[in-house]
Amino acid sequence: MSFLKNFALFWYDFIIGDDWRVAAAVALGLIGTALLSAVGLPAWWLLPVAVSGFLWISLNAVANKRR
Amino acid sequence: MELSGWFVVLASFLASAVEMVEALTIVLAAGTTRGWRSSLIGVGAALIALTVIIVIFGPALNQVPIDTLRLVVGGLLLIFGIQWWRKAILRSSGYKALHDEDAIFQKEQAEARTQGQQIRAGLDWYAFTLCFKGVFLEGLEVAFIVVTFGATARAVPLAAAGALAALVLVLIVGVLVHKPLSRVPENTLKFAVGLMLSAFGTFWAAEGAGASWPGADLSILGILAVYGALSYALVALLKQRKRKQLEANRSAA
Repeated sequence: MSFLKNFALFWYDFIIGDDWRVAAAVALGLIGTALLSAVGLPAWWLLPVAVSGFLWISLNAVANKRR
Repeated sequence: MELSGWFVVLASFLASAVEMVEALTIVLAAGTTRGWRSSLIGVGAALIALTVIIVIFGPALNQVPIDTLRLVVGGLLLIFGIQWWRKAILRSSGYKALHDEDAIFQKEQAEARTQGQQIRAGLDWYAFTLCFKGVFLEGLEVAFIVVTFGATARAVPLAAAGALAALVLVLIVGVLVHKPLSRVPENTLKFAVGLMLSAFGTFWAAEGAGASWPGADLSILGILAVYGALSYALVALLKQRKRKQLEANRSAA
């Protein structure tokens, strides 16, 4: 059991890293992109906007924590 | 070779060079304090394990339909790339310590000297496991980039060639210099790799989710330019904030 837990933790840390919000933003951005595309609207801009916005939120959180 | 092909080679080369410089520091520390035989066998075992991963997963990913691959792997690559990008911004703005290969080398050497000698399978087990873990864990990131980047661009051999070129270069320089490669601008390289992985991840993942990019492949350059400009602005903003925080702390003390 602890092997499985360690294995999962390793991959979580490897892929997701220090801030899960960035991964969540990518997932939300992709869902939004798929929805916009499905209704025929331009969707290419959404993911870069989501990435940029949440990157700033994540960096801002670090800067505030280390005040 | 198309533009994206060059980017695949470049991204693999830079990512591999950075990780191999870090692995070299660990191997040099083990080799100079515990002896080279067990250390180099550890390196060889790790390289074999990494090759097996690339050989198994590279062709397997090539069988996945391209849209599914771009959505899933592009998304993962984007999350992974943002990690590198985010850390590079924090390092450049002073919120995270810069990687210091000399300091890491001294620390690893000091630790290696204090460990007792345990012989297993005719090897100095500490040197073997230290080098195996160091090369395997640093190399895992390289393998991840080579396999995912290569498969999504349908160019695993190009990605592998970039990684191999970096391995050869770092090995040659390492053998010639025989000390940690502390002059390699690791943060700058990590910044470049993080930006490239994030730009390609954004392009592929959005395309996999159904978006059509204006200008097709050329829009990768546009994404790179936007993310590059954003990085510049974020580093400047965070540096300014760090300076203000230090001044406030100083006047409060």
